[in-house]
Amino acid sequence: MNALQSVPLNHYILLSAMLFAIGVIGVLVRRNAIIIFMCIELMLNAVNLLMVAFSAHHGDGSGQVFVFFIMAVAAAEVAVGLAILIMIHRNSKTTDIDFLNKLKF
Amino acid sequence: MKELVWLVPLFPLIGFLIIGLFKNNFSKKLAGTIASGAILASFTVSLGIFIELLSGAEKTFTYTLFDWITSGDFSVAIAFLVDPLSSIMLLIITGVGFLIHLYSIGYMHDDEGYAKFFSYLNLFVFFMLLLVLGNNYLLMFAGWEGVGLASYLLIGFWFKNQSYNDAAKKAFIVNRIGDLGFVLGIILIFITFGSINYADVFGSAMSHPSNEPVIVLITLLLFVGAMGKSAQIPLYTWLPDAMAGPTPVSALIHAATMVTAGVYMIARSNVLYSLSPTTLTIVAIVGAVTAVFAATIGILQNDIKKVLAYSTVSQLGYMFLAMGVGAFTGGIFHLATHAFFKALLFLGAGSVIHAMGGEQDIRKMGGLKKYLPITYMTFLIGTIAISGIPPFSGFFSKDEILAHAFAANPLLWILGIAGSIMTAFYMFRLFYLTFSGTFRGTEHQKHHLHESPSTMTIPLIVLAVLAALAGFIGVPEVLGGSHLLEHFLDPVFEDSKLILFTNHLSHSTEYMLMGTAVGILILVILFARNKYFTNNEIPKSDEDKKSVFANLVYNKYYVDEIYDAIIVKPLDFLSGVFFKFFELKGIDSIVNSTGKLVIGLSDTFRRLQTGHVGFYIFMMVISIVAILFFNLI
Amino acid sequence: MTQYAFYFLAFVSILCALMVVFSKNPIHSVLYLVLTFFSIAGQYLLLNAQFLAVVHIVVYSGAIMVLFLFVLMLLNLNTEAEPQKSTWLKFAAVISGGLLLITFVASLKGSENMALVQKNPEIGLTANLGKILFNEFALPFEISSILLLSAMVGAVMLSQKEKEAKQ
Repeated sequence: MNALQSVPLNHYILLSAMLFAIGVIGVLVRRNAIIIFMCIELMLNAVNLLMVAFSAHHGDGSGQVFVFFIMAVAAAEVAVGLAILIMIHRNSKTTDIDFLNKLKF
Repeated sequence: MKELVWLVPLFPLIGFLIIGLFKNNFSKKLAGTIASGAILASFTVSLGIFIELLSGAEKTFTYTLFDWITSGDFSVAIAFLVDPLSSIMLLIITGVGFLIHLYSIGYMHDDEGYAKFFSYLNLFVFFMLLLVLGNNYLLMFAGWEGVGLASYLLIGFWFKNQSYNDAAKKAFIVNRIGDLGFVLGIILIFITFGSINYADVFGSAMSHPSNEPVIVLITLLLFVGAMGKSAQIPLYTWLPDAMAGPTPVSALIHAATMVTAGVYMIARSNVLYSLSPTTLTIVAIVGAVTAVFAATIGILQNDIKKVLAYSTVSQLGYMFLAMGVGAFTGGIFHLATHAFFKALLFLGAGSVIHAMGGEQDIRKMGGLKKYLPITYMTFLIGTIAISGIPPFSGFFSKDEILAHAFAANPLLWILGIAGSIMTAFYMFRLFYLTFSGTFRGTEHQKHHLHESPSTMTIPLIVLAVLAALAGFIGVPEVLGGSHLLEHFLDPVFEDSKLILFTNHLSHSTEYMLMGTAVGILILVILFARNKYFTNNEIPKSDEDKKSVFANLVYNKYYVDEIYDAIIVKPLDFLSGVFFKFFELKGIDSIVNSTGKLVIGLSDTFRRLQTGHVGFYIFMMVISIVAILFFNLI
Repeated sequence: MTQYAFYFLAFVSILCALMVVFSKNPIHSVLYLVLTFFSIAGQYLLLNAQFLAVVHIVVYSGAIMVLFLFVLMLLNLNTEAEPQKSTWLKFAAVISGGLLLITFVASLKGSENMALVQKNPEIGLTANLGKILFNEFALPFEISSILLLSAMVGAVMLSQKEKEAKQ
């Protein structure tokens, strides 16, 4: 535990910020809905990492329990989201979001 | 029994709700029975309370139902005040109210709005009881507005006739003027005394000096309210028009109960008024002038209900005269006797109208004595009572008022006697034209003439007995009585007696006043008898030429026309101007252009919605960056 | 020693994350994402959160990513023929992502650069975490079970073939 003292807290924040930004870039760059979905998972994990780091720093277990809940939510989200994607693919034969342009007035 | 006071207004409310909600499922008989039964139940409880007050030592009692409004240091409860004054009002309202309900069962029997009529009547009684029972000005005001609503609904009961609707609107609008004064008065009371409960207000008012400007202002504002509701000059014009309603309504609302609310309010606020002699003088003058003024109009009216309406205005003037000279007991006494004989007269008139098939013009009546014997007898008793012939009730109450008026100022007495003379004249004119002589209507009407059914005649008989005998509750000392009513009401008015200085007349003066009054009245009645009974004179028809003065009186001094010219027309013109320039050009164009702007903008902005999910995500990220940028840095 | 492990794992996770975004074949993206998740699990271990590390591997690498792979293969998307966005759109995307990162980093400016000290290293152990979970968070825990159930029902409903519509 002493060894960890030499890793500053800011570096954890930087790491998760970078992971999060990469996730955002992925969402913006890719056109495949499944890849976009994966990038969202990446963003979620960036947040999780930050929470665990703070939880360890403060010695409070609540942060880790919260990460646990986020995992449960992420699992539910993936199940429903992928089901929706399968439906979309079944109906329009594509998962390219540039073809999904029905959301307008 | 006193703890059950909440039942008194509850019964009519329940009656109103039941009939109002289920009126389409009821037979006519059931609706009338429920309504009358509700009032009878209230009357029974009121009688119990009255007897308990009469025998018990405790004269005032407050029953708090629940808190109504609580805000800061302002709090109002739904609380009922039982004291001699309110218990007498309860008896009058529920007693006369019950008789009139009973009468209406017969009178309204072939009307299509039968159940609706009874639900409105019950609603009226509920609000009237609330007005009388409330222990604070706000509750009184709630009842005050409620009876105004019921009055509006019942005047316009036959709403298919436009002129009846206009009469209803007129009553409502003229009353608004008075209500504004009342509201301002209540607000000023709260500002001055920090409370609107009677007990608190009167308690703290006692420490104020006499004729303090703020109290004069309060009492004047309250009096404006009373003027509207009780039809005093200058706000009396609605009452004669209110005769558009069914006759039982005229009897209950526009003669016996609602129009006396103003008198009750002043009697209830007697402490405040006693502290303000200036207002009392104004009240006395307004009352006396109204008494005479309305009586002169009554002399030349030919509509049986209009005559009674102007007579009501005139009698209300007497009550205000009584209040103004500090004879609070006398005013309440006259209120009670007037409730009996005026309800009797109206119901008698209703019976006549019923028999005549809706005809109200006395020039087309005459000789009804042999067709309507019970109505004839009871109407005669009512006429004698209102004229003030001893020993009928009107004599005692009017005499008490006149005696006090004489003590205050002989001029008021002269006005009072003048009004009284005219009252006797027009009442006997009405009586002879209606019941004696020969029948002047059509053959069809003559064939149709019949005595009314027993539900209508029984109330007439009961009221006739009351009109004849009610005076004996207030026989003055000078005639060997002990004035039971005055002793009963003492607890309510005892504070005023401490403040207000009143002259006392010697017994010989009182005898002289009484003698003079009765002598003149008998002469006047003989004159009327000679004119309309012996000589069979009949008022001229509308086309005939009349003298200038008669024309003036016949057309009610053109007061309605004057109000129309100086108030209604200018306001009409002003609202026309506002409509054309401010509404159409100003407000409408602002509203419309706002709408057009929104439509134009949304037509532009909706093109931002391309439907491309990628674009949406991109905008979302940009926005999040912007938000974070402004919040984190 | 562990601080080198931190930097190594951080380097691996960022590299793999970049590869997730920029590799052409979706299957490769999935595999790189699995690698990223493993390196994050390694970070958890360094932070003494053993329980979370294990759950993370089981849930993410074991379940979720397998689900992604399944879907990709079921839909037959494992080709490199995915159409690309125009260059300037990509450029704009990278710029905005970079702006986001800069904003985050800039918000750190002026904060105290303290080292991470584990006040209570035992906190991440299964027993301690279980105590917290079933004492303080018993109700949310139960509610999350309802969430999972409804998600399961929703997924089944959605992926079902619409018989009426087809006929």
